[in-house]
Amino acid sequence: MKQFEYARAASPADAVRRFEPGTMYLGGGTNLVDLMRLGVAQPDRLVDVSHLPLDAIEQDGDRLRIGAAVRNTDLAAHPLVRVRYPMLARAVLAGASGQVRNMATIGGNLLQRTRCGYYQDVTRPCNKRRPGSGCPAIEGDHGNLAILGASDSCVATHPSDMAVALAALGAEVHVTGPGGDRVIPMPGLHRLPGDTPERDTVLEPGDLITAVELPAPPPGPSIYRKVRERASFAFALVSIAAALDLRDGVVRDCRIALGGVAHVPWRAERAEQALIGGQATGEAFLAAAEAELELARPLPRNAFKVPLARNLIVRTLEELAS
Amino acid sequence: MNRIEGRVKVTGLATYAAEYPVEGVTYAYPVQSQVAKGRIARVDDREALAMPGVLAVLSSERPPELAPEAEGELALFQSREVAYRGQIVAAVVADTYENARAAAAVVRVEYQPQAHDVHLSTEHPGLYRPKTVNPGFPTDTGHGDVEAGLAAAATTIDVTYTTPVLHNNPMEPHASLAYWDDLGRLMVYDASQGATSGRDIIARTFGLPRDAVRVVARHVGGGFGSKGTTRPQAVLAAMAAREVGRPVKIALTRHQMYDVTGYRTPTIQRLRLGADADGRLTALEHVAYEQSSTVEEFAEQTAVPGRVMYGTPALRTAHRLVRLDVATPSWMRAPGECPGMYALESAMDELAYAAGLDPVELRVLNDPETEPGSGRPFSSRNLVGCLREGARRFDWERRDPQPGVRRDGEWLIGTGVAASTYPARRMPSKAVVAAQDGEFLVQIAAADIGTGARTVLTKIAAETLGVAPDQVHVEIGDSDLPDAFLAGGSMGTASWGSAVFRACEDFQRDGKEGHADTAEEIAKDAELARHAFGAQFAEVRVNAVTGEVRVSRLLGVFAAGHIMDATLARSQFIGGMTMGLGMALMEETYTDEEFGGFLRRDLAQYHIPANADVPNLEAVWLEEEDEELNPMGSKGIGEIGIVGTAAAIGNAVFHAAGHRVRDLPITPAKILMPRF
Repeated sequence: MKQFEYARAASPADAVRRFEPGTMYLGGGTNLVDLMRLGVAQPDRLVDVSHLPLDAIEQDGDRLRIGAAVRNTDLAAHPLVRVRYPMLARAVLAGASGQVRNMATIGGNLLQRTRCGYYQDVTRPCNKRRPGSGCPAIEGDHGNLAILGASDSCVATHPSDMAVALAALGAEVHVTGPGGDRVIPMPGLHRLPGDTPERDTVLEPGDLITAVELPAPPPGPSIYRKVRERASFAFALVSIAAALDLRDGVVRDCRIALGGVAHVPWRAERAEQALIGGQATGEAFLAAAEAELELARPLPRNAFKVPLARNLIVRTLEELAS
Repeated sequence: MNRIEGRVKVTGLATYAAEYPVEGVTYAYPVQSQVAKGRIARVDDREALAMPGVLAVLSSERPPELAPEAEGELALFQSREVAYRGQIVAAVVADTYENARAAAAVVRVEYQPQAHDVHLSTEHPGLYRPKTVNPGFPTDTGHGDVEAGLAAAATTIDVTYTTPVLHNNPMEPHASLAYWDDLGRLMVYDASQGATSGRDIIARTFGLPRDAVRVVARHVGGGFGSKGTTRPQAVLAAMAAREVGRPVKIALTRHQMYDVTGYRTPTIQRLRLGADADGRLTALEHVAYEQSSTVEEFAEQTAVPGRVMYGTPALRTAHRLVRLDVATPSWMRAPGECPGMYALESAMDELAYAAGLDPVELRVLNDPETEPGSGRPFSSRNLVGCLREGARRFDWERRDPQPGVRRDGEWLIGTGVAASTYPARRMPSKAVVAAQDGEFLVQIAAADIGTGARTVLTKIAAETLGVAPDQVHVEIGDSDLPDAFLAGGSMGTASWGSAVFRACEDFQRDGKEGHADTAEEIAKDAELARHAFGAQFAEVRVNAVTGEVRVSRLLGVFAAGHIMDATLARSQFIGGMTMGLGMALMEETYTDEEFGGFLRRDLAQYHIPANADVPNLEAVWLEEEDEELNPMGSKGIGEIGIVGTAAAIGNAVFHAAGHRVRDLPITPAKILMPRF
């Protein structure tokens, strides 16, 4: 592990002030420290932002503001989250283990890196880790990698469960940085790999996530469901966050986001558009799922994710409609 | 009985190999090959040697001296040939772990790479028949005419199963701490399943007399076979300690464990079975295709269960091996029986369906009088009893054999059965018992790798001496103690227990000291077939929407001689069954065909069962009286729990979903794809 400097930021502004090339912000460290041990991340200095006063969950009218340093465990356990955003609480609890969730922060959860095995192995090529070195996953071990929005450069998936729920909820990510403060609506924080897979998000160097703000919950029931071959402590093969609002059998509003299928938490906008205003029938659900998955470009060993995602969309909508 | 060392373990006081406080300790960190095959042209260590704290760099540039007898994976730096990606090609010794690691990263190894071949297939031109299979069984056996048996059969099946590369994942990494004293004696604290055999291997590797080497392994955090033979880190620690004249410690990372501590070979297994109209076998053929490295031959005994399990007029078992540019496979819990019984017991289920017979009844019908492969009588055999007891507990009588018809919402439900078997052997060991102030000291170089060996030996000694267990102190895990067999092949308790029992008997003659060496006694053991048997029953839920498989109930019924301690035995049985569940549903190391070596080399990617995967796991046993085993009447139980589990679960998946997955692990992908 490369030697590095460590400093604790006194405030978000102080953190940004301390940022220079080679700096990384440290939250719970549940991903970054692993990556440093593996030699994948080699920061010159860490600025610890886990102790900043960004650990509150506050109600603001019908909105909820979650500080970036809130621990995953505390988010999932918060009464307002459990009652008003059960999809989010379930998504958080579906991730990692109790010990990891105790440490992991909301900001860090959003910014965790792919668990693609090539990315995490510094002895093998990876365009995300070493741009231009190639993507061996495309011909190799891609069984749990992306079917949607991938490129010839990268087929990595974003590993977060929480981010999938936030994408469905239309959360807003509050950022401060050298260029000032801004708000990025989800799922716009993350970006597709294109030919620059080294960039996971639209954040600029020095940008620090300070909060995630949730708009009023979508009307109607919601679900988060995660599929994995091990019953706990495993990343999703495919996951879904969905909400459905019906009146007289007609879809008034619909939110669908998928995890485990893309470089980003994948908001299934095509499926949503196909459904809104139409009848909530099994045929409509299937047609919507297929409209979304027309975009899929599976590889030989992850082709199962196409029928899996389709089944999951249809089944989840059926459950929400009943 | 509660574990003797339970308190020191849970309070963190138990000392493992890497934890011994040794003054002046230094650290070694391996440099691993980044090509899968080739020749090392040059190792440039100048930059590494200039790094802070670096004491030495070891490599094939200046091969540290080993004895000519040093062989295989232990002959570190003796050759410039690279046999597989991940092989140790150099090592840095430094004052701290961090400095050693940092310097290892700048050792420049120049290779002349060659094309590699890491792909096992039944068509590989390099397949050959090894002379024997582990640990010395004949490679091919048989009797009768298989083709005629198949031709005459009313029902036949011809099926091929595949299993992936699997890795042991003991909690304690492979670690060694070595130093040489002023008299040239080598001390090695090692994560080892056998202090005596470890000492002998290290002595041979360095060309030292046995009494110039001492191996200590008082506590071992799991091994499953991967610490059953001395691994390269122990040789490296000793070699490096000689080089720098100071103690050297090495603790492998999880990634390094995947590369250099052995694994279960992938297998391709073809089974051909025939049965007459009543369901009696007319032929059984089991051919296993496996891999080894170019460094040394390890041929897993995958097809041996057919020599033990069922009566048949025609039997053929065979093994074919190919040497690939891969690391050397080694022991993983129940080598041979575990993958072999997955295939045989899945095939028996398929035969039962093909013949329209109940799978329990098919097994009962073909239960043999004598061991099929050898013709020897069994010392005891209670497979039928296990099947019957399991069937009773599982309400098997009411089972509808029709596959793919039971449903609970999204979940398809099914049940399956498979048999378990494992040899019950013992090996020579020595023990000493002495009395002091009303306490009894028992000494034997046994190993407790988390099984409870120390505890069960205490119990054996106390019962034999007729004293309370808290008056007995058992000292193990040190090669300076009386020689003992290693913790492997489910032979630990039988081997060590025999020696402790006899030493205690000897003690009672004069009340001062007791000695035992069981070599002669064991040499006189009658020629019998000695095996433990069992039956495993699984209920699974297969999700029709997602392809997820969950095991809602797993029951193991075992007949393994006299069970010496219920608490310890249950832990061994359910531990094995849990590992078998992992094999069935999730465990898989990925061989990197492009670059060589393995992928998924950590516990985030190589999934083993979590608690949520084993909500309802039950192990029970039938008491057996068998006087042909050892003084305790016990059969080994460390491995039988994993044997048959994957088949029971696979058979239940078929019963639930209506299609057969013959390629482990049974993942959602393999459930979903054929359904669409």
